[in-house]
Amino acid sequence: MEGTRQTHYFVPDPSYWPLVGAIALFCLGLGAALAINGVALGGGLLVTGASILVYMLFGWFGDVIRESLAGRYHGKEDHSFRWAMGWFIFSEVMFFAAFFGVLFYVRVISVPELGNFSHKLLYPDFEAAWPLSTGPGITAPYEAMSAWGLPAINTLILLSSGVTVTVAHWGLVKGKRGQLAWGLGGTVLLGTLFLVMQGWEYAHALHELNLTFASGAYGMTFYMLTGFHGLHVLLGTVILFVVWMRVLKGHFDAEHHFAFEAAAWYWHFVDVVWLLLFVFVYWL
Amino acid sequence: MAVVTDTEQGHHARPRGWSRWLAATNHKDIGTLYLWFSFTMFLTGGVMALGIRAELFQPGLQFWQPDLFNQLTTLHGLIMVFGAIMPAFTGMANWLLPLMIGAPDMAFARMNNWSFWLLPPAALLLIVSFAVPGGAASAGWTLYAPLSTQMGMGMDLTIFAIHIMGISSIMGSINIIVTILNLRAPGMTLMKMPMFAWASLITAYLIIAVMPVLAGVVTMVLTDRHFGTHFFNAAGGGDPVLYQHVFWFFGHPEVYIMALPAFGIVSHILPTFARKPLFGYASMVYATSSIALLSFMVWAHHMFTTGMPATAQLFFMYATMLIAVPTGVKVFNWIATLWQGSISFETPMLFAIGFVCLFTVGGLSGVTLSVAAVDIQLQDSYYVVAHFHYVLVAGALFSLFAAVYYWFPKMSGRMYSERLGKLHFWWSLVWFNVTFFPMHFLGLAGMPRRIPDYALQFTSFNEIASVGAFCFGLGQLIFLYNILWSLRRGDPAPAKPWEGADTLEWQLPSPAPYHSFVEAPELEVGENGAIRGMKGGVHH
Repeated sequence: MEGTRQTHYFVPDPSYWPLVGAIALFCLGLGAALAINGVALGGGLLVTGASILVYMLFGWFGDVIRESLAGRYHGKEDHSFRWAMGWFIFSEVMFFAAFFGVLFYVRVISVPELGNFSHKLLYPDFEAAWPLSTGPGITAPYEAMSAWGLPAINTLILLSSGVTVTVAHWGLVKGKRGQLAWGLGGTVLLGTLFLVMQGWEYAHALHELNLTFASGAYGMTFYMLTGFHGLHVLLGTVILFVVWMRVLKGHFDAEHHFAFEAAAWYWHFVDVVWLLLFVFVYWL
Repeated sequence: MAVVTDTEQGHHARPRGWSRWLAATNHKDIGTLYLWFSFTMFLTGGVMALGIRAELFQPGLQFWQPDLFNQLTTLHGLIMVFGAIMPAFTGMANWLLPLMIGAPDMAFARMNNWSFWLLPPAALLLIVSFAVPGGAASAGWTLYAPLSTQMGMGMDLTIFAIHIMGISSIMGSINIIVTILNLRAPGMTLMKMPMFAWASLITAYLIIAVMPVLAGVVTMVLTDRHFGTHFFNAAGGGDPVLYQHVFWFFGHPEVYIMALPAFGIVSHILPTFARKPLFGYASMVYATSSIALLSFMVWAHHMFTTGMPATAQLFFMYATMLIAVPTGVKVFNWIATLWQGSISFETPMLFAIGFVCLFTVGGLSGVTLSVAAVDIQLQDSYYVVAHFHYVLVAGALFSLFAAVYYWFPKMSGRMYSERLGKLHFWWSLVWFNVTFFPMHFLGLAGMPRRIPDYALQFTSFNEIASVGAFCFGLGQLIFLYNILWSLRRGDPAPAKPWEGADTLEWQLPSPAPYHSFVEAPELEVGENGAIRGMKGGVHH
């Protein structure tokens, strides 16, 4: 689009998908609130909401992909998508920043503070150690997760997946479809492997280390941070899988592949979060 | 599920009936939806406020039990912040940004509709929560732990409502940012574009930066409530004060999310009716940006009484006072804009001047509160309530009224009734001050906020405030009547009803064509979006 100015910008026709999505989130919100309070209707509403959401995502993204294939998106639309993905990832960064902030606060301020002399009357046996193992809220003893077992392997897996997705990108830009397909397939595989390993790690933590959400400041930050990261890996893997399927159907070319790049950006974001997790949750 | 079959450029459709609103992809329709929704929420939250003021008319318990009173204060705050003020500014941005910068629509028209349609479900969750066992959330709009880690299902509904509203406002903000950064017409450069566009851009940035943090902190409340974590419980190594840190990291920028768009609106209305360009346009841009950046560094001034170290108190105190500098620049520029202007006092101008005067009162009481030593006395008193109602009612809300009156001719193609408009302004101005000015005295005398009963010596000022509140509330019906009447019977509006208006939207006919700037115009632009020349630009 360089050189000539694009005079028209694509504005979609009216669409009911947003309304369907709003109904989905209403069911999810209400269902979740009822379900966690043990109201019978809750679970059903949750499942309904999730199903409507999946239906909406298929329909909406389907529309977008059809519009893309019909050649409705040009340079300016592509620019919009890129800006939007960048800002979306920024919002995700801030979401994780909140939990990292909490981790640092707990480790640097609240736990040491509770070990101070002034709190000895309240909690005489409290020891300001990390992982925290004393305190009236920690009723069951647990062990911390070691960094150099499964988590280290998972780091390698995720870093390698960053390489494979880049190899796929090179393939796409150079028109080597085989390299693209294998690179992307490999990335999806590594993402899945990461999730399986994390499932294994959680099983190990729950059954052998007795580490739960309720294991005080260590357990809560461990599960909250790794759990939300895991959900993002899951989402990233699904996105990469969809892009892979589209590659196998012959979508994208060297100039026109925003969906691929968005997935790759998202994947790198998930990767960077993991590195921070590895250092601050597992290692230090 | 496209409702209308495609034409080559799309965008020609003018849907009728329900689908026009339910499946909307037109920024004007979606803006209208936002504005009506926010006005409905304004009345809903307003009725709750009147419930509060009715109870406080006299000491003792007259109407509500303390628990229901607390639910009313909580939901009044949440609904006004997330249901009324924020969506109203988003609605204004939807209507105006494409017209002001020469864009065909918002960058993502479908996502725009999702942003809107997520709001009614979220509002419904909040309203429904009054009916569940234990009632609605009653921890105050700030939802402080450990209050919020107790309570019934209403708190969970509130948490999920906040998640949904967060998704809505993040998507809305991405749309605003991308529209401004990517869809400006040729010639509409960043340092020339209208102040409202700048204010919306910076506000959207703040929303994207802090709404995820709010989502995070209420999620931690949720897991503390149901999944055994101890984020805000010292028994497991957490800390209730931690909630306040994370909440106010969101909460303080949130204050500017509700103020910056107001600054933008006023920066158009004052120049128009003073018939002079905005004084110090570039410094306005820099001041707005500085306020936004500083807003991330002042959160703990809400927490001076939590026992933080004196060094921290000093840091947050001085950082807070620093914000008065760029804000002072703005007030100075507005006054300098009026200086030697040829001023006329139509309704939008009245509200804008009311805004400048009363927002400054709220700003000054804010500086008073920023002094840590003073805040220790005033924390959680009615002085704080007076302060933030001066910036939110006489600030944000007055600017919104100004905006609606100012752009009503462009939106509807009809003039509003100037007589009713002026009546609405003077009525609101008087009763607003009757309601909220005595609250300064109540706070200084020691009356705490969020309490349904009070000591006898506070009675007279509370009675004055309650009378003021009911009259103020009643006066908003003048506004509603004016809008409804003018939509059908108002005089037809010319393309440019205001002599001094010079931004791009006034180059369009009134009402603005359903599809404006389908092809971008070539513009010659002065500061603050003033149009000096325009070529091309296709509408239908």
